[in-house]
Amino acid sequence: MSLTITVSILVSVIAAATPLLLAATGELVTEKSGVLNLGVEGMMLMGAVTGVAATLLTENWFAGVVTAAVAGAAFSLIFGVLVLTLRANQVASGLALTIFGTGLSAVIGTPFVGQPLARLPVFDAPVLSDMPILGPLLFGHDVLVYVSIGMLLAVAWFLNRSRLGLVLRAVGESHDSAHAIGYQVIAIRYGAVAFGGMMAGLAGAHISLALTPFWAENMTAGRGWIALALIVFASWRPLRVLAGAYLFGAVTIAQLHVQGFGIPIPSQFLSALPYLATVIVLVIISSNAARVRLNAPACIGKAFAPAA
Amino acid sequence: MIRLVPRQEVAPAMVYLSPVIALAATVLFGLILFAILGFPPLDPLFNFFVKPLLGPSGITNLLLKATPLILIAIGLSMGFRANVWNIGAEGQYTIGAVFAGGLALAFYDIDTPLLLPGMIVFGILGGMAWAAIPAFLRTRFNTSELLTSLMLVYVATQVLLYLVHGPWKDPDGFAFPETRLFHDAATLPRLWSGTRLNLGWPLALIAVFAAWIVMGRSLIGFQIRVSGAAPTAARFAGFSERRVIWLTLMIGGGLAGLSGMIEVSGTIGQLVPIISPGYGFTAIIVAFLGRLNPIGILFAGLLMALSFLGGEMVQIENGLPRSVGGLFQGMLLFFLLASDVLMNYRIVRVRTKHAQVATS
Amino acid sequence: MKELLGVVAAAVIAVFGAADAFAQDKVKVGFVYVGPVDDFGWTFRHDEGRKAIEAEFGDQVETTFVESVSEGPDAERVIRQLAESGHDIIFTTSFGFMNPTIKVAKDFPNVKFEHATGFKRADNVSTYSGRFYEGRAVIGAIAGKMTESNIIGYIGAFPIPEVVRGINAFTIALRKVNPEAEVKVVWLNTWFNPGQEADAAKTLLDQGADIITQHTDSPAPLQVAAERGAFAFGQASDNSQFAPEAHLTSIIDDWGPYYVERVRAVIDGTWESEDTWGGMDVGMIAMAPYASTVPDDIRAMAEEIEAQIIAGDLHAFAGPINDQAGNEIVAAGEVMSDEQLLTMDFYVEGVQGSLPN
Repeated sequence: MSLTITVSILVSVIAAATPLLLAATGELVTEKSGVLNLGVEGMMLMGAVTGVAATLLTENWFAGVVTAAVAGAAFSLIFGVLVLTLRANQVASGLALTIFGTGLSAVIGTPFVGQPLARLPVFDAPVLSDMPILGPLLFGHDVLVYVSIGMLLAVAWFLNRSRLGLVLRAVGESHDSAHAIGYQVIAIRYGAVAFGGMMAGLAGAHISLALTPFWAENMTAGRGWIALALIVFASWRPLRVLAGAYLFGAVTIAQLHVQGFGIPIPSQFLSALPYLATVIVLVIISSNAARVRLNAPACIGKAFAPAA
Repeated sequence: MIRLVPRQEVAPAMVYLSPVIALAATVLFGLILFAILGFPPLDPLFNFFVKPLLGPSGITNLLLKATPLILIAIGLSMGFRANVWNIGAEGQYTIGAVFAGGLALAFYDIDTPLLLPGMIVFGILGGMAWAAIPAFLRTRFNTSELLTSLMLVYVATQVLLYLVHGPWKDPDGFAFPETRLFHDAATLPRLWSGTRLNLGWPLALIAVFAAWIVMGRSLIGFQIRVSGAAPTAARFAGFSERRVIWLTLMIGGGLAGLSGMIEVSGTIGQLVPIISPGYGFTAIIVAFLGRLNPIGILFAGLLMALSFLGGEMVQIENGLPRSVGGLFQGMLLFFLLASDVLMNYRIVRVRTKHAQVATS
Repeated sequence: MKELLGVVAAAVIAVFGAADAFAQDKVKVGFVYVGPVDDFGWTFRHDEGRKAIEAEFGDQVETTFVESVSEGPDAERVIRQLAESGHDIIFTTSFGFMNPTIKVAKDFPNVKFEHATGFKRADNVSTYSGRFYEGRAVIGAIAGKMTESNIIGYIGAFPIPEVVRGINAFTIALRKVNPEAEVKVVWLNTWFNPGQEADAAKTLLDQGADIITQHTDSPAPLQVAAERGAFAFGQASDNSQFAPEAHLTSIIDDWGPYYVERVRAVIDGTWESEDTWGGMDVGMIAMAPYASTVPDDIRAMAEEIEAQIIAGDLHAFAGPINDQAGNEIVAAGEVMSDEQLLTMDFYVEGVQGSLPN
């Protein structure tokens, strides 16, 4: 396999991994604050459809991206009110959010079906983009690719180095202690849920504005669930989320190449491969029990009710 | 300014009243939703909630649709009570169907009354086998069952696809991806001729009753509840965590596998590439709507089934797109989930001055 | 008093019975769709067919559809509900609806059923499908003339006879004009997943293909081809707006004429159970306008192929045809039977890899 093909494959992997990375980065913050939002798929669809709608109506891609982020955050607040204010069960509320988001995105999207739109602009640097190997790997991607990596690094810094990040983790570890110290548990969790929604919205926008620039019902096709899996896969560590997203993207692309080369393996097995790989890596990572326990937020999924 | 104050104990009136309040809120918002979308609002509501129950096959359609939801939710609820997060019932359902269907195909030429009981056993075993993977990985390697069970759903789907596209394809089926139609000996008997309702419904009722006995009155039910509510106390009392994980996953997988068997044998009559419209996932919502209580799950399953039938009915009668039905269903779920707050908390109005102190 | 009762009765009828009373005069036409009408693919085209019925008959008909019906346990209930609610003719538009349609049809002998792409019929059940492979023969020839790398990428949904037939028709036509060219196939095991379809297109381009064709539903592969400066063909609808620079032509499914004809037969009382496998000759399959990027001589060739297929002078599966091992399976001068076409489960010479089954 020549070098150009290898580079070209890596570029495909980056594109395939970006929506997963965006959504997983957001959900990581949500989960670190002790909230499990299984509605990622629904929020992504809302981001995808509002991104297309705003881009077509304003003819401005930036408006589309911003709208998708805002819509994702706003939509996640439905979940926030349910589980944080009304203390409903998080697993069920997240699933309900996905059902609602699938329906709502379809209603919003009907007028935009079959309308093409311009792909998000790509970032090219003069001279540098023409470098062999590094040029196509580092440049020529759409803005959201850089946003996804930038946000991931920012979140890594935020969780490990910033004061607010420390507070957020404390809230996820033990909401009762955090409350006793005087932190606003509910307010912080609202923020974390909205951040997760915003990032899921951006993930949807990357699919509907950059990967495949059009709107069709249910076009995220299950990527929200993969993003959820990536977080456990990464045992709640930001840099491993990055690695996981790119690994999953790589397995997805690799199975297609195996087929293209005509290697006789049943295609159903290859389609199942990314999921099998996830299970295997999960097993390897989690068999080191102490490490997982250290990173998994202790309060995840539990409603917080102040004793007052 | 409104605040939620925890009740000392669950308000008995609210146990029954809160779903009613949620339904009322859904109807109110439904009226607004339909009006905004430009439909005469009363008619879709009637068609959503009432029309599906009318007509010659109304009630039996409802019970048929509710059967897998209730069966799976019953199994899952036991795990959820013990904090065992099996969200991969869809995969266990699929493998249960594959096991049972495989048996029916293996004995395709033999007409024996033993085939059907055999298929039931195989269906349960198939579901258990698929659930055993997350159980083993959780107890041996401490891998989150929430993720492994979910990932295995996709794998199970591909297993089914492989079989119906490959070795189990109907030899006389023009190479289309489906197995032969099962014979009568492999078909669950109908309860009443002329309807589609089969033996699955009484099986679901038995499961509800059995779960009610086990969870409420047996030592094992007590262990499951304590493991979930107070893991430290459970460990202290010498309850084995491994045992609870295995047990709840086996029950959940077994019941999901049984529903898979019921659907392919009773409703579909063959293995085809798509055998579930997401029952395994919907059942998770049913389990929580029913507050993880067997009787609650019975009613939640019926209401959920009605919301699917209603969604189809408003398409047929009012020309509403399916997405609007989905929106309405999502709204119903939100209100039902939110209304539970009334059971555990009192809503009190606080004077503004006081509120400022409280939030500052 | 009597008058008052009469007024009340009239009012009651007006409120509750009006819809039914009007419905009696109209022919009710029901559709069961496997996807959403907004998929811009398979289901979208069937819904265009439904709209053609409304346009043709206006007030004489009333049409209903239920979309995104799962092919599993739900299908029978939905079809039954349409039958119970007084529909005169019901179109079930996916292969997976075959056995449920047959089951319901048994219980409703007076309702007419039309099942797309299946093979089971009854006195009140017709089947219909399109000879999509005829369109594949046209685009295969275009690809053969236009490829420079001699590798064509083909994205398949499921390895069923329908899709395999398309691959083979495409490959036969491709190699008739360019014996060097070969076809690379990637299976996705889904009809609709834009992200994966895009990934598959990228993979095929990376592996040397310079033209992409697909048997999946989204326009994603076209967009990828446009981005990479390759060519591609659209599926089901004219997809040119999604990628004007890459789009050469599309194979269009046009169900409208057939649906209008069948509903007319119900209105006239002449409906009978039939098996229809319509091709370009009856307009069920058509080619979208050829793009300006198709050179004039190739356009002329494609139009000639179309004309020959319509006239019955050219069959997409006319011999000589070799299997992958090079053995002749159809001799020169012979044509594959419909039976052989319907059960096709092998690749012809020129397709790389082995057919998964």
